Amino acid sequence: MAENSMITLKIDGVQVSVLEGTTILKAAKDNGILIPTLCDLEGLTPYGGCRLCLVEVTGSPKLFPACTTPANSGMEVTTNSERLKSYRKMTIQLLMAERVHMCAVCVANDHCELQALANQLGVNHVVLERHFTREPIDSSHDFLVIDRNRCILCLRCVRVCDKIEGVHTLDLKNRSKDTEVIMDLDESWGNSCSCTGCRKCAKVCPVGAIYIEGEAITQTKHRDVAEFITARRNNR
Amino acid sequence: MNLSDIQRIAEEENEFQRAYKYRINVCCSSGCIPFGAFKVLKAFEDAVKELGVENICKVARTGCVGTCSIGPAVLVDPGEYLYQCVTPENVREIVQGHIVSGVPVTKYLYNNSGYFRKQRRLVLRNAGKIDPTRVQDYISVGGYFALAKCLSTMTPQGVIQEITNSGLRGRGGAGFSVGQKWGLVARAHNTPKYIVANLDEGDPGIFANRTLAEADPHAIIEGMIIASYAIDAQKGYIYIRSEYPLAIEALQKAIAQAKSMNLLGDNILGTQHKFDLELRFGAGAFVAGEETAILMSVEGRRAQPRPRPPYPANQGLWGKPTLIQNVETLANVPLIILNGGTWFKGFGLPNCTGTKCFSLTGNINNPGLIEVPMGITLREIVYDIGGGIPSGKKFKAVLVGGPSGGCLPESVLDAQIDYDSLKRVGAIMGSGGIVVLNEDSCMVDTARYFTDFCIEESCGKCTPCRAGLARVKDIFDKIATGEGELNDVDILEKVSEYIINASLCGLGQTAPNPILTTLRYFREEYIEHIVDKKCRAGICFKKEHKGDE
Amino acid sequence: MTTEDIRRAQLERVLKKNNYQKSALLEILHSAQEIYGYLDQNLLVDIAGSLNLPPSHVYGVVTFYSYFKMRKPGQHIVTACLGTACYVKGVKQIIEAIEEEFNLKVGGSTADGKLSLSLTRCIGACAMAPAVVLDDQVIGKATKEIVIERIRNVLAGERDESV
Repeated sequence: MAENSMITLKIDGVQVSVLEGTTILKAAKDNGILIPTLCDLEGLTPYGGCRLCLVEVTGSPKLFPACTTPANSGMEVTTNSERLKSYRKMTIQLLMAERVHMCAVCVANDHCELQALANQLGVNHVVLERHFTREPIDSSHDFLVIDRNRCILCLRCVRVCDKIEGVHTLDLKNRSKDTEVIMDLDESWGNSCSCTGCRKCAKVCPVGAIYIEGEAITQTKHRDVAEFITARRNNR
Repeated sequence: MNLSDIQRIAEEENEFQRAYKYRINVCCSSGCIPFGAFKVLKAFEDAVKELGVENICKVARTGCVGTCSIGPAVLVDPGEYLYQCVTPENVREIVQGHIVSGVPVTKYLYNNSGYFRKQRRLVLRNAGKIDPTRVQDYISVGGYFALAKCLSTMTPQGVIQEITNSGLRGRGGAGFSVGQKWGLVARAHNTPKYIVANLDEGDPGIFANRTLAEADPHAIIEGMIIASYAIDAQKGYIYIRSEYPLAIEALQKAIAQAKSMNLLGDNILGTQHKFDLELRFGAGAFVAGEETAILMSVEGRRAQPRPRPPYPANQGLWGKPTLIQNVETLANVPLIILNGGTWFKGFGLPNCTGTKCFSLTGNINNPGLIEVPMGITLREIVYDIGGGIPSGKKFKAVLVGGPSGGCLPESVLDAQIDYDSLKRVGAIMGSGGIVVLNEDSCMVDTARYFTDFCIEESCGKCTPCRAGLARVKDIFDKIATGEGELNDVDILEKVSEYIINASLCGLGQTAPNPILTTLRYFREEYIEHIVDKKCRAGICFKKEHKGDE
Repeated sequence: MTTEDIRRAQLERVLKKNNYQKSALLEILHSAQEIYGYLDQNLLVDIAGSLNLPPSHVYGVVTFYSYFKMRKPGQHIVTACLGTACYVKGVKQIIEAIEEEFNLKVGGSTADGKLSLSLTRCIGACAMAPAVVLDDQVIGKATKEIVIERIRNVLAGERDESV
């Protein structure tokens, strides 16, 4: 396939040119249009789960996740209609209501992507009933801590563990609302034999679900770690 | 083996069967077995011997006749006399009367001409008439002739053209043109290519595909081999629910027979075409019926759907082009090849050809498996075929399309069965379930039941379906315990609309249908629950509601 | 050879038959559950090791599909169908009656481990709703009286002759 040919499309009325095979999200970003997302992270395989990056494509009644949909020649994309804005607000509200998101007592306060998006999109209250899950916090590991009550199931940690670190300690158990991130056979983190303690999961976590004991959050969060490593690998 | 061999087998088998004046077909499908079908079969075999008529009367074990409420059902040919609720005790009387004296025993006959009159049996053409465990039976009624015709006289493009001409649309729910889909996979550059046949009926209240597999497994296999020739696939999988032991057994046997007769494997019927088939077992996940989730499951992973594009026609199993087709769709294929696309267009509507199988259940007089031409109305199904509501109760609603279908009231019963008409009234074709509710059902509780189902079955990947449905359940819990507020109805509508548009796969995109249709047609019941704290069916407001945990 | 050795040998045959393919994980889990009755942690470690899959992946798959059981089931299993037709026809009352009569909860077993109760989403016996499955035998058009009597008979060690 001719991967390196350029194609042109319109994003929010602006004509842009990108390499064929680029996703709509990347095409928009490279041209200064930021589409909100929580599960996507450069360097990781796109997931398409959080549904924040949904965009409209002229000619289709369906919405498309910008992170997984490749840009096509001649496409007309709208990233910020009123409908999309209201859906994004709903998504943030649902994530906030699903588990415990109390910013004031969260380790990631001020360094949280969910909080930042809520501010940016103007979500100032949650009309739906909020659920306060009571999952025990696992601090059995020497320095890594997971508080599943703050998890938004973006799977960045699972993907970075599998693709970048290559050990696949993390995965999911159960399904639907009972879905949780697990280590090995649902063991406590301290008992995990496969975990290398590489800290990448804590670095990429968009919220305060995985963090490092006794380390300042500004030290921990290096969300570009996956992008950095992937780029280095590709250059080699 | 080649075409002439198939013809020879058919002739031999027909001659063998002609030697018998009578044929007793005992339905041994999942519907009749719990009521003692095997004992009845044995009793017939014994009675025929004892009464000395084994030379003129053949006793056969067959698949479902379609009348699952009167099992064990026994069909006597010639004349298609259908005996109902046969017990080993009255077998001798039936054989004595019908076979020895030649007079049907009317007191045991099922007198219900209406049930069959409006049906058109294409997919279920052989159900209840042939022995699914004998490939000769299938060949004797024209089985594998279509495959032979394809391989000897048609090009792959010709096959696709014929299917496109027929107007056949996928029976799995979405209704995509089958010919177009085959064309897409055929044109994809990558190899190898795969076929996955979907037999994962996870919907509660649906058993059409299971019955088909039990009654006529070779029709599915023949359809798959023809498809493999058209798109040049060499490997296929049938993804089947592990809860269907009888269907699994029937398919395993049929695959083994097809392999031994050179209908599967290398050089099929002496040609260059190569195709191999394997069963894959589901493990209790409704979402695995979704196109991309089924692929994950066949690959041995969590059945979480992934966004499309890329479409499976280009990147499916292990990233290779893959054709995913429901088994009912595949069973239509041999008929179309044999009789031509134009013939097939004679059934149903111009833009929606052919027939559709439905499992008809709930509060209805004649539950069972039915096959109707597209374009028939719901009223005809409920009253003419189904025979109306039992015990003098009033009709309330009909659920069309499974757990994510619509709850439709009396006023839209004249809606036709086709993809677009059903969509207009708020339902979907789904995988073919029709459940009739009488006045004892509460529509709020019904919507709540389906929401519970979809929550349980959500894969948990995307926010709208996972978190959205759970919040919808909160609202239902409030309403059902008398704490609902009028504002909740608006929130229900708003969240439902969001879930439909923002969800990743078909499960989330259709899950709110029961909520939206009950709000559309039975809004007064919601208001009653909220304002008057009253449930006219007397189901809600009980102290405790047992959850599914 | 102990029972354990025999079972392990059976599992090894299944693994071999599937060429130790990662994609055959579901088939292998099905067979393993058939051989052992349920899937415990050690078994999962074993399977993960044999297929060279991360343990968390295997655990994730097992917990995703409701058919796989990680707890030891009772000697006899009664499964109530919670499909639409059965729900409409009142299977809920039957479930409650079983819970009360035998003092157990859905998903659990009796104290003596003789009987466990589970739910399933539609066994496809909708025309005979409500349906309850007792040790592989479908009881169609069930009432709570019939079901409880059949369970009693099975618990008393009588073979069920009605089919």
